[in-house]
Amino acid sequence: MHNSSPTKILFVLPALFAFIMVMVVPFFFGLYYSMTDWNGVSETINFVGVVNFLTVFTEPAFLNSFLITGGYTLINVVLVNVVGFILALIVTSNLRFRNFYRAGFFAPYLVGGIVLGYIWQFLFNNALPTLGKILGIDALQVSFLSRSESVIWAMSAVNVWQYAGYIMLIFIAAIQAVPTSLMEAAKVDGAGYFRRTFRILIPMMANAFTISLFLTLTTSFKQYDMNLTLTNGGPAARFFDEPVKASQLLAMNIFDTARANQMAEAQAKAVILFVALVIVSLLQVWVSKRREVEQ
Amino acid sequence: MKKSNFRIGRVLGEVLVFAALLAFLIPFFLVVVNSAKTSKDILFDTLGWPADWSQLGTNVGLIFGNHTVHYASAFLDSVLITVISLVVIVLFSAMCAWALVRTNSLWSTIVFFLFVAAMVIPFQVLMFPLVRWMRIFGDFAHVPMLQSIQGVVFAYIGFGAPLSIFIFHGFIKNIPFELEESAKMDGASEARVFFMIVFPLLQTILITVLILNGIWIWNDYLLPLLMLGSSGAVQTLPIAVTAFAGAYLKQWDLILTSTLIAMVPVIILYLFAQRYIIKGMIDGAIK
Repeated sequence: MHNSSPTKILFVLPALFAFIMVMVVPFFFGLYYSMTDWNGVSETINFVGVVNFLTVFTEPAFLNSFLITGGYTLINVVLVNVVGFILALIVTSNLRFRNFYRAGFFAPYLVGGIVLGYIWQFLFNNALPTLGKILGIDALQVSFLSRSESVIWAMSAVNVWQYAGYIMLIFIAAIQAVPTSLMEAAKVDGAGYFRRTFRILIPMMANAFTISLFLTLTTSFKQYDMNLTLTNGGPAARFFDEPVKASQLLAMNIFDTARANQMAEAQAKAVILFVALVIVSLLQVWVSKRREVEQ
Repeated sequence: MKKSNFRIGRVLGEVLVFAALLAFLIPFFLVVVNSAKTSKDILFDTLGWPADWSQLGTNVGLIFGNHTVHYASAFLDSVLITVISLVVIVLFSAMCAWALVRTNSLWSTIVFFLFVAAMVIPFQVLMFPLVRWMRIFGDFAHVPMLQSIQGVVFAYIGFGAPLSIFIFHGFIKNIPFELEESAKMDGASEARVFFMIVFPLLQTILITVLILNGIWIWNDYLLPLLMLGSSGAVQTLPIAVTAFAGAYLKQWDLILTSTLIAMVPVIILYLFAQRYIIKGMIDGAIK
């Protein structure tokens, strides 16, 4: 019924051209470069096969980054969604000034990763220790960023602060789409608040959870900006008796590798990040969709 | 008895929510307060009220007057890059999405699938080849793509297209075709139909696309860093902020003020358009 026409082709071309030039072409170049000896300096680039992939998997720093990125992502996915969901429940209840609260909780999402990192570095290194001194709490007086066992949690706290308000908006949209008559009927039948929330509301908004889990998972996995300005990878830690950086997430490990002119290794690591991201997000969407169907 | 209990519970709940909101906003408060202090006051009185608010003006003046980091020109470049990119992304993505929805053919299906599939590609896998490719492409086309505003804008169109087209596509699908059909009967060209009838209908979803892309582009760091360099003639605010923090290590009066300046335009915009932004984000959330 809708036919192709010169005008329509003309309408598709500008966006498609830019997209192909900056995403499609670099993507295939990237796959190729990951199997070469590209170092960013020499003009000749030779094909070397899968050597880079084998080398990077023997690198303690890379393995450590891979592991902490996994843990960091897991913590974020749970915390951001739980906090976001609780906030959404609060601001969709019959609370006064609901819109004011929505706007307030969303505000941190407007702050970019670079700025965010500096602000929280200041809060963790200056404001919290000062507060600890005033209140006499020893635990607060040493910055959470300088301890290898707490730095990932500190980063997660910042991440929750930034993303919970955004995820809240997705949940608000989903909660508003659930028919009120359904919740009313359950109330009349004697179902309490928690029962109504867990048995009716959450199953009814399965679609929103698929989206929010996907978003939180992919953003944590790719995180760089905030990592750079909050911790820059530090403090030092040990991994299988090798010196590594306690908070160097995957994206930072990739960037630092490239900075050391090991472009091909960096590219191989990026391809690994891409493959891992595709596998994990496909798995997540598959599991979530299966649950959606079951409801 | 029961009713008064209910009322107490309600007030308690509202106090708790308000406390949670305060906790959420404290970081902003501390940035503003400490931007109005001298470096020494920040270290010795981090949580206190500033002694003299005029120090805020002094700090802002120090940043804009700095000779190693050209903050004012970075500010201007950021505004230019964000505004131009947004206008072009919205226009091209809406055109493309409409043409894809209104074409039933194999090529339109493949193109749409390409855009959707590309959304899982992380920037990390593209960034190094992109810089090399943009240099080659720029030399070939005789248009400098690196260290130039047009290069960055071009990249933002390409990177912004997939999500924007996906959102527009979902929205346009639900616009009844009859509207366009009757205009066509009256002899309007396809381009006219799009610009006169379809585009005005996109208003609500347009806001969503603008906000999502606007927040991303204004705050983006890696793409401008790689395409513009950290010391080139064209800079963006996030790069200027890192340059500042790198040059004046731990001088929190300057670093915090520079982050404040980077946030202020977004926050002012948000204060005015907050209702539309929240509504636009909720409307676009699960489409």
